[in-house]
Order: sequence, then C-alpha cells, then structure tokens
Amino acid sequence: MSLWLTLAVNSIALGGLLFLLSAGFSLIFGLMRIPNLMHGSFFMLGAYFGVTFLGKGMNFFLAALLSGVAMAIIGAAIERFLLRRLAGQELPQVLLTLGFSFIVADICLMIWTGDPWQPPTPRELVGAVQVASLFFPIYRLAIVAVAVVIAIALWLLVDWTRLGAMIRAGVDDAPIARVVGIKVSQLFTLVFALGAGLAAFGGVMGAPYLSVYPGLDAEMLPLALIVVILGGTGSLLGALVGSFLIGFLYNFGQAMFPDLAYVILFLPMLLVLVLRPQGLFGRVVT
Amino acid sequence: MSSRALRVGALSVAFIVLAALPIWVGNQYYINIASQILFWAVFALALNVLVGYGGLVSLGHAALFAMAGYTAGLMLAAGHGHFAADLTAIVVTLITSAVFAVLALRSTGIGFLMITLALGQILWGIAYRWASLTNGDNGVNVRSRPAPFGFELATADAFYYATFVVFVLAVMSMAVFVRSPFGASLRGTRDQARRMNALGYNVWLIRFLAFLLSGFWSGIAGILFVYYNQFISPQVVALQTSAEVLLMVISGGTATLLGPIAGATIVVIMKNVVSAYIERWNLVLGIIFVAIISFMPEGLVPGTVRLWRMGRQALRAKPAAKPDKLRDGRP
Repeated sequence: MSLWLTLAVNSIALGGLLFLLSAGFSLIFGLMRIPNLMHGSFFMLGAYFGVTFLGKGMNFFLAALLSGVAMAIIGAAIERFLLRRLAGQELPQVLLTLGFSFIVADICLMIWTGDPWQPPTPRELVGAVQVASLFFPIYRLAIVAVAVVIAIALWLLVDWTRLGAMIRAGVDDAPIARVVGIKVSQLFTLVFALGAGLAAFGGVMGAPYLSVYPGLDAEMLPLALIVVILGGTGSLLGALVGSFLIGFLYNFGQAMFPDLAYVILFLPMLLVLVLRPQGLFGRVVT
Repeated sequence: MSSRALRVGALSVAFIVLAALPIWVGNQYYINIASQILFWAVFALALNVLVGYGGLVSLGHAALFAMAGYTAGLMLAAGHGHFAADLTAIVVTLITSAVFAVLALRSTGIGFLMITLALGQILWGIAYRWASLTNGDNGVNVRSRPAPFGFELATADAFYYATFVVFVLAVMSMAVFVRSPFGASLRGTRDQARRMNALGYNVWLIRFLAFLLSGFWSGIAGILFVYYNQFISPQVVALQTSAEVLLMVISGGTATLLGPIAGATIVVIMKNVVSAYIERWNLVLGIIFVAIISFMPEGLVPGTVRLWRMGRQALRAKPAAKPDKLRDGRP
C-alpha cells in the first residue's frame, strides 16, 4: 500500500474520531452556549475507562458503550449540579470546566500513571480487506463506519424527530421555546450527557490507534475547537466536514511538514475566521 | 485621615517595604520568590487590561509571554547581545499580539476566548514540535543574565531590584492607562460596545490597541521570566500557564490595580508551598478555580473590600442606632 493511501486511511479514521469528539462539543456550544473546556477530558477519561474495562477482558464495543454511558452519567451530573447554577454566565462556566479539566488530568495521572496505555486492536477488527490490489485495515474502516452511523443517527435525531425539533427550537430561541412548553433545561442536561458520552465513546474507539496518555485531553481539545470554528457552532454537518478536513490536514501535515503540523492546522481556521466568521456551515444568529 | 491621604500613605509604605525587601528578608530563597511574584504580577496586570477593563477573556496569553521568552532565549543562544535580544523579543511579541488581536477580535465573549485558546495551543505546538528551531522538549538555556547600565543581575538581590523597577513601571503605566481617556473608552467598549460605536468611537481599534498594550507587558514579563529561570521550555506555553495567570487576575479581582498583584502573590506562594509538599499542583489549581467560582465569584480583593465596607458601616451604624432605641421610651 502506498504511503499516500495509508495517510488517507489514517486521515479518515482520525476524522471519524474527531467527529465523535466534536459533535457533542458543537451541540453543547451551539445549544447551551457553554464553552466546555473539559471536553478533551471526557475523551481522555473515557479512553482510560475503556482501557480498564478492556483489561478485565471485556468485548471492545461493549467497553466503548459502557464507557460512553458512564461518562454520560458523569456529564449529566456535572451539568445538573454545577453548570446549571451558572446558567448564562460564560466566564464562570469556562473557569469551572477548565478547573475540572485540571482536576481530571491530575486524577488520571494518579490512577493510570504517566505511562501510555495502548490496548491491542480488538481481535475481530484485526487484518485488512482487499479492494482491487489495495489493502485497508479493518479497524480504521470500522472507526469511520461507526462515525458515519452515529452522524446519520444524530442527523435523524436532530432533523427528523420531535426531540430534535425541540433541541433546534432551544438553539434558536431558548426563552420562546420555554414559553411554548419545551423543558429546555432538561434538554440541556440531555445534550450535555450525550456530548460527554460520545466523546468518551470516541476515546475508547480511538485508544488502539491514538493510545491513551497524560496530555491527550489538552491535545484533543484544540482539535475540537478548530473543528467547531471551521464547521460553525451547533452545526452537525459542519462538525462532520470540519472533522475530516482536520483529519486530513493533521495526518498529511505531520507527514510532509512534521515541524509545522500545528501551523498547517491553523491555516484553514485563519481563512474561515477572516472570510466567514460564522464557520463553513454556521448560521448568522441575529 | 481622608481616604486619599490614607491611600497615598499605604502606597508609600508598600513601596518602601517592597523596595527594601532584600534587606529585611535576607534569605535568598524568599527574595527569589518575591522576584517571581513581581514578574507574574506584571503578567497578570497585562492580562487584566483585556480581562478586566476590556471584558475580553484571553486563554492564549501564555503564548505571548513565551514568545518573548523564546525569542530572547534563542537570540542569546545564537550569540546576540542582551539589548538586541530583548528588543527583538518585544518587537516579535508585539507583532504576535497584533496577529492574535486581528484574528481573535473577529469575535467577543466566548468566541474570543476560544480563538485565543486555539492560537495559544498552536504556538505551544510550534514550541513543542518545531525542534530544529525551538529545541523541542529540551527547551532553551540562557547562559547569563544581563548587566543593564553596568548593574550585574546575577545575584538574587540584584535581580529582585531590577524586577522591582520593571514592576513599578508596569503599575505606573497601568495607573495612567486606567485614568486616561483611552482606559475610559476601553471600559466603555466593555460595558456598552454598541453605544460607543454610535458615539463615533472605533470599538475595534480601541480593543486592538488594548491587546497590544497587554501583549507588550506580557512580553516584558516573559523576558523577566526567561532571565530569572535562565531556561524556557514548551511547558511555559501550555494552557496551564494561561490558566494560572487568568486565575491570578480573577482570584484577585478583575478591573482593579491591586487585584492581579494580590492574585499573583497568592498563586505564586501557593504554588511554591504546594510544590514543596506534594506533586499535585494541577489538582490544587483546579480545586481553587472551582472553589473561587462557587464561593467568591467577584474575586478576593473586591470581596474583601465589600466585607471591609460592610464592617465599617456596621461600626458607624451602631452608635447612631443607640439614641434611636432610647427615644423609643422603653424601659
């Protein structure tokens, strides 16, 4: 397999992971206006949970699901009991989530030590499929498949269900949504839990590829930020396109200009900020 | 004593106590901590221009601080003189600040914060990954401290005096800035951006200039940092540094002159004390953040001032209340 194809497959896989991370981030930011700086921590903590479950001999997908559910519960608790008290106060919310991200990072360092953990690729996903004369590793394809399935599920949820309509109403105008009887604060908790769970799920899915190590949270958070700035806040399509764009830029940038990989990530963000500040798929909120 | 005389008196006492600090402290270790407090206070004052007076919360200021430190360190490592290195560092930091400002000021509020965070992380990535330029994780060593006007800064005492001079200049420039029409217009853009715009002020330009002022003093603090430690590594550019300096501003109280200084004192002392006993500074930092947000959201200095005023009013109210009660005619 040629280098370029390997890179492309890796890029798509990373794009899939980034979508799992940033879809929730984008929804939380779009719906609740909460700049959730502990989203990278959800990803890392979820991955550590998954590593622990896998160490007990659990099935890979079951571990990912369980980790996602656990993190959704933690996320819901944080939203319900702490962030709720700071509704509408952006700066305190930022500082609270930032403070928590430091606490989580240090606790992870205490429990899982500073050594990286890299679970083996799950047995059922080892190997490669052959298409014509090209081989594609199954595990990477599985990440993309899962991300696409979740993207479609989220799209159906947001665009085609009653719940989704309520969420969109909450995004567009929370006070009016409340007036017509939508329980926006319950939706907030739900969306926050969903975002936290998705990030944790993504963390486990990516663990055999990225491995889990201290600082993973601080590495993923800016990627989620860039994806959301690129795609536009609150836009799922934007998160999807932004994720794959960043996936490609990150992998190709690392391969071609290893010193400047981060600068290359930043260029499209710069262009979007200058030319289209609301993001590629964002709407201008009046 | 009038409150103005009280303030002048307190300021003079503080000045004398701080200026004579190496004499009454004596111990090198504590003098060094005092130097750290002073240059962190300069950094916190710089960030306070944006956070306190501009209402623009930046989480990427470590990048400006480190940009100055790295530029000076790399220039010195390349064999240039101290003057050239520091001048270049300030110019480069100002240019970086301008670029940051142009990008981040596309937005305000959370958007501003997110963009500065992303920009800061990108510079962290450069410091960490562009090893051929920045020496990556190994950092940059600075062999010697400078000797401005023939005054050697090698000892703890001498370095403290130099830092103190810079600190006093920074406080004075902030005091002038706060009282100037520019400071007033910046506060105007914070409180009523649209009204300022309608009054004919160029809101964007005011914020841009404030960012440059903030970047300038961040850069000065960064140069002091690199001379103090004689070393700089990507750790300095990390989000933790931006968060720490923001904690200094917020814990002390935003939009006050004394707040960032008090905040820097608290955070630096706490960091040194905590680090001496346990390795869990980040955990403590996080807990302080959460605790301050939950219990004293206005910051320590305004919080204390509020309590002080309430206490004084209570004291004054008591004697006045007594005759009233007597007039009630109760036994």
